[in-house]
Amino acid sequence: MLREIRPAIVLLLVLTAITGLAYPLAMTGIAGAIFPAQAQGSLIEKDGKVVGSALIGQEFKDDKYFHGRPSATLAPDPNDSTKTVSAPYNAANSGGSNLGPTSKALADRLKEDVDRLKAENPNAAVPVDLVTTSASGLDPDISPEAAQFQVPRVAKARNLSEDQLRQIVASSTQGRLLGLLGEPRVNVLALNLALDRASAK
Amino acid sequence: MTMIGWLQIILFCGIIVALAKPLGWYMTRVFNGEKTFLSPVLRPTEAGIYWISGVDEKREQHWLTYTVSMLLFHVGGFLIIYGVMRLQAVLPFNPAGQGAVAEDLSFNTAISFITNTNWQNYGGESTISYLVQMIGLTHQNFLSAATGIALAVALIRGFSRASMRTVGNFWVDVTRTTLYVLLPICVVYTLFLISQGMPQTLGDYVEATTLEGAKQTIAVGPVASQVAIKMLGTNGGGFFNANAAHPFENPTALSNFVQMISIFALGAALTNVFGRMVGNQRQGWAILSVMGVLFLAGVAVTYWAEANGTSTLHALGLTGGNMEGKEVRFGIVASSLFAVITTAASCGAVNAMHDSFTALGGMIPLINMQLGEIIVGGVGAGLYGMLLFVVLAIFVAGLMVGRTPEYVGKKIEAREVKMAMLAILVLPLMYLGWTAVGVVYPAGVASMANAGPHGFTEVLYAYTSATGNNGSAFAGLTGNTLFYNLTLASAMFVGRFFMIVPAMAIAGSLAAKKSIPPSAGTFPTTGGLFVGLVVGVILIIGGLTFFPALALGPIVEHLAMNAGQVF
Repeated sequence: MLREIRPAIVLLLVLTAITGLAYPLAMTGIAGAIFPAQAQGSLIEKDGKVVGSALIGQEFKDDKYFHGRPSATLAPDPNDSTKTVSAPYNAANSGGSNLGPTSKALADRLKEDVDRLKAENPNAAVPVDLVTTSASGLDPDISPEAAQFQVPRVAKARNLSEDQLRQIVASSTQGRLLGLLGEPRVNVLALNLALDRASAK
Repeated sequence: MTMIGWLQIILFCGIIVALAKPLGWYMTRVFNGEKTFLSPVLRPTEAGIYWISGVDEKREQHWLTYTVSMLLFHVGGFLIIYGVMRLQAVLPFNPAGQGAVAEDLSFNTAISFITNTNWQNYGGESTISYLVQMIGLTHQNFLSAATGIALAVALIRGFSRASMRTVGNFWVDVTRTTLYVLLPICVVYTLFLISQGMPQTLGDYVEATTLEGAKQTIAVGPVASQVAIKMLGTNGGGFFNANAAHPFENPTALSNFVQMISIFALGAALTNVFGRMVGNQRQGWAILSVMGVLFLAGVAVTYWAEANGTSTLHALGLTGGNMEGKEVRFGIVASSLFAVITTAASCGAVNAMHDSFTALGGMIPLINMQLGEIIVGGVGAGLYGMLLFVVLAIFVAGLMVGRTPEYVGKKIEAREVKMAMLAILVLPLMYLGWTAVGVVYPAGVASMANAGPHGFTEVLYAYTSATGNNGSAFAGLTGNTLFYNLTLASAMFVGRFFMIVPAMAIAGSLAAKKSIPPSAGTFPTTGGLFVGLVVGVILIIGGLTFFPALALGPIVEHLAMNAGQVF
């Protein structure tokens, strides 16, 4: 048994160096050369400043922007570091609400949001993704229905016609891959950037 | 449920079955020490590793030596992870300036990664540095996966050899698995993941100014290289807190689909390795069929339950299924499928929050783990877990006809059955025992996030996941407390090693036996009758063990939900 001690130490160190250092560092080097944009986090710049990542959702509250899904991410309470406070779309601390199917807190939150959205647009059914929090709290997408649902509000805030907005939404909608994988969706940040460009014209 | 949803599920199953044979062929060559197309590149490295670490690759080990080597290897792995976590503040590759990780959390995480559990009591982006991600976690993702595969191969050798004292050389098996199987696939896989949008950088977290003028700190890092092995090695510990639900850890529908395939690929192929090494590939297909039956049943239930939604959603007129805790790009079907896959295998990565699943939708992941994660299972661990159930099923069949049972040419006798029972019984002892403590001990109760039966399920899920070395969670439970860090670590430790040692004892005892040719009285183990028998034994043993606990958790919650009750 004693002769197994040397491999236990040396082999472990060698394999650690290969899989824990050489492999990730080599992949980082190659990634920087062939996929530099993705490797850095698919960042979007506007007027030379980083406005976000194409893959990470951000919070929109203004009526003139399309809103993303509710986010359950948290941040440390600035007044008491042992507690946390709500901080939607905190991209340095991802997470979901973890509220279960029979949670009263979830039922109350859903009812409040559904009532608010019904008041905003009484003519359409409330899409489920617009009132449920995502798993990561950073979901960049909403369903095409959730985008269409918000068209009247955004049109009013921007003084644009609803038809014009529906066109922008349609052109920002991504379908299933090969018509099969995933779900149809609209990237909220991309949609709002397209909207800003259209308004600027 | 939709047609397009089922098509995605069928496509997934088809690809797994199609990959089993070529991967099984390649892996068999690797484990037998034969030349492969990568040998010209890798053989010099391999020989160099043996030379520097003093391994004689020709010398085989007795099952006990093999097991002790494996344990020694893990002691070293534990010390490395614990050390870098405690010291990360003064080590390099720490751009976010993370401080030292607490003792109990470091202990829990070190046990978690050496046991291939990868339970996350730490929040990736908020707690640990890039160095810990790489040298602590990525490296152990490789080695715990390689260990699982090595052990499965040693057990297969027990079946395939006759009258031999040895079961292989642990150091050679681990090195060859890492170099020839895991690393090459990961290199290609990492590049694919980066092309989909997964970051791979050592740079600082990004400071962005959003369109509305708010500040957003975006965590990045060497993500792709870790995610590749996290999936392929069924480890599951995420780079980020939200794991594979995080858009950086799973950017597209395609990355999600490939990640699901990579969880099952090696585990399914190992059934083919088994068939090849015992000289009849149909033996491997029979085992894969048992797994397939149980898998599809689970997928159907979870998909149906999630697509159906909850009565809270129905009462508000919301349709489209239970989207709480799910991402739009995956939707109901890819989230449900992922949840069943990750718990059938002992992966534990999640692309949706299981805590927010419907009662029945979340019960299937729980059952998958409680059955011992034998439906494909963890790489290696799934196969040796399944073979333990096969030993029992064969024993039961032998009792029915009053004949000494045989399996692939080996007599199954008292020692094998005792060892199989020991391994199978130790799992419920851990998850039921600790759950019983957790739901009455005040420090255990205080961590529950949801009230009512769902809170009980959170605790049951945590210990089941830890014992099964899965690592997925009903994540509302606050696991990072002294009580849970220590008790979960003990469940992970026992769940891993008290399964491995009896399995290796079986390997040793089988290898020493003579091989007997099949006769007219031999129970055929390649047909539908055998598949049905094994499925039956698994469900009966499982059902008797954990049905009462399920009745207190998800089943009563489902009934309460239908009655419109909330807690």
